[in-house]
Amino acid sequence: MAQEILSTDPYLARFNAAKAALPGAAQSWLSELREQAAARFRDLGFPTQRRESWKYTPLKALKDISFKPAGETGQTASLDRVPSLLNETGLSEAGSPLRATLVGGSFRADLSALDGLPAGATVEPLSALLEREPAALEPWLGRIATDGDQPLLALNTALFDDGLVIRLGKDVVLDSPLELTFLGPLSEEPTQLHPRLLILLDQGAQATLLEHHFGYGETPVFHNGVSEIALGENARLTHLKLQSSPSGTFHFATTHVRQERDSRYESFALNHGAALSRLETRVRLVGTGADCHLNGAYLLRDRQHGDITTVIDHQVPHCRSKEVIKGALDDRARGVFQGLIRVAPDAQKTDGRMLNKTLLLSEKAEIDTKPELEIFADDVQCAHGATTGEIDHDAIFYLRSRGLPEARARSLMVESFLTETVEELSDESLRPLVLERIRDWLGTRQAPVAQREGEPSA
Amino acid sequence: MLEIKNLHATVDGAEILKGIDLTIQAGEVHAIMGPNGSGKSTLSYLLSGREGYEATEGSVAFKGHDLLTLEPEERAAEGLFLAFQYPVEIPGVPNTTFLKEAVNAVRKHRGEPELDAMEFVKQLRAKTKELGINQDFLKRAVNAGFSGGEKKRNEMLQMAMLEPSLCLLDETDSGLDIDALKAVAEGVNAMRGPDRAMLVITHYQRLLTYIVPDKVHVLSKGRIIRSGGPELAQELEEKGYAESVEAA
Repeated sequence: MAQEILSTDPYLARFNAAKAALPGAAQSWLSELREQAAARFRDLGFPTQRRESWKYTPLKALKDISFKPAGETGQTASLDRVPSLLNETGLSEAGSPLRATLVGGSFRADLSALDGLPAGATVEPLSALLEREPAALEPWLGRIATDGDQPLLALNTALFDDGLVIRLGKDVVLDSPLELTFLGPLSEEPTQLHPRLLILLDQGAQATLLEHHFGYGETPVFHNGVSEIALGENARLTHLKLQSSPSGTFHFATTHVRQERDSRYESFALNHGAALSRLETRVRLVGTGADCHLNGAYLLRDRQHGDITTVIDHQVPHCRSKEVIKGALDDRARGVFQGLIRVAPDAQKTDGRMLNKTLLLSEKAEIDTKPELEIFADDVQCAHGATTGEIDHDAIFYLRSRGLPEARARSLMVESFLTETVEELSDESLRPLVLERIRDWLGTRQAPVAQREGEPSA
Repeated sequence: MLEIKNLHATVDGAEILKGIDLTIQAGEVHAIMGPNGSGKSTLSYLLSGREGYEATEGSVAFKGHDLLTLEPEERAAEGLFLAFQYPVEIPGVPNTTFLKEAVNAVRKHRGEPELDAMEFVKQLRAKTKELGINQDFLKRAVNAGFSGGEKKRNEMLQMAMLEPSLCLLDETDSGLDIDALKAVAEGVNAMRGPDRAMLVITHYQRLLTYIVPDKVHVLSKGRIIRSGGPELAQELEEKGYAESVEAA
């Protein structure tokens, strides 16, 4: 049976038309990188469900939409301020607020606050840095995310025109979190965005990033972001990501992390926005003693589709990885979790753990979960687990018999179910950002499932 | 307080209760005893509003109002409390959070102001002390990993905090050693009063040594076949249920 295939032609045409004007076009290494990426994208095509890693996430919803590059759409709104996570929780009180804002994929200096960065730390728009200091980027850009099997990575590499470069020098520590605000395009025309993030922490550097994706309106947006993260020896990065895009968005984020000796990467992704989303993270542990935590939660309803796909590659001995991902799915929402821990033959004494749990709040919700271990070393401790269930009816009755209304009993059960993963966030000051969104999500729930089952399906 | 008339009920289509008549006045403690399968738990679940338990005939009036049309949480708010035979474990929800939600949900329903954190903690401390409950108990998740005795004490604590007017105790003695049984009975006895009624459902007489009822009823095959004073419990203990059942 023929699969629906999303055509690469408009994107390749766009590349050919725009390549001479893309930032860094004068740099031969970058032009070459982009040409190779475009060729790879052409060869691979958009992912189809025939590709094993995309089996559960179809892209057919993008098929008939013609997305314009962000720079070519009419902006129908302007804005002079953007809501901040830092204000929300008082996190900024610890020091001067640090913030970099991109609107529709382009850096906005007027909505950013970077004066408080310590010496040795820089946060700059990628487009500007490519003009000013391209040699500094050459060893990194496209050199962390090198995998040849990811069409969306290739597409981003061919087409990115802005993003951020975050650099922390040796032993530089950010005392307060750096907020990365990604506001969707302010346009009524379908828009494509390919933002690129490069995050480089030198030896001993430490930072916390709060990455927040949101937007206004229901215009279709094809967001195809790529982040490349390199952590030097003993560097520590805490990376919170809130994917809260509006309902017209197709959000794809490919993240590649490379960890040197004794470094620590801790991420928490809350995936609750967009019509269709896929957060794909690949981590390479290349230095002994490296520690990686990929945690997260998904909250999806209506016909939302959310995919969390991770690969953790233990290439050397004595590294640890831990993954706790939980989610609640309502209505006809569909969740996907694919987790792979790969342990190379040399990577003895690896400790790798992975857990995925899903609560189905409706009979029509669906989860496809695929935890996998590929172990080529013999002295390792690895475990994985996946469970799926519905809310415990006995517990609901128990809570109601103590006076809690049914809706509250249900939301309390969901909240308590998700609390386990939120508590994986080692920085307690960040937990309220996630918990508040979980509570918002629960608070906006409509009638309990039991009352809706009789409704005609749309 | 509670007036049950000719109550018939089914569970999954099977008739379990076949015409129960029972009246409990405020201030009274009644015990329902009976062999396994007589319908004891069905009665307590039906009264507390569990799904799947359906009254097919008869009526239940609680404080003069039809109880059976109310949702479980409305029954709780009206002052009905069921102490479960098997309290449910709820990992992830701290006991204190749960108690505060419950107390305030019930107060809200009654049109009373919700307790603020200070006042709630004050009351909670006082009640835990009365019941001899360790403060650590409150930080743990509701019943999660609790021993049988701890679970039943937690039921007593909830009952004390919610101050119901009618307490249903469903096989509260099951799974308890004698010390835990005494402690639970003390908790119950401390709550006896002229405005409160209790219905103690039990298979064994031993609980009734510590909670002395005003009236004892024998339930068999979905009907009350005998009623009497506390001495009836003693008689059943000595002679077993068989004689009563045959005589009926």
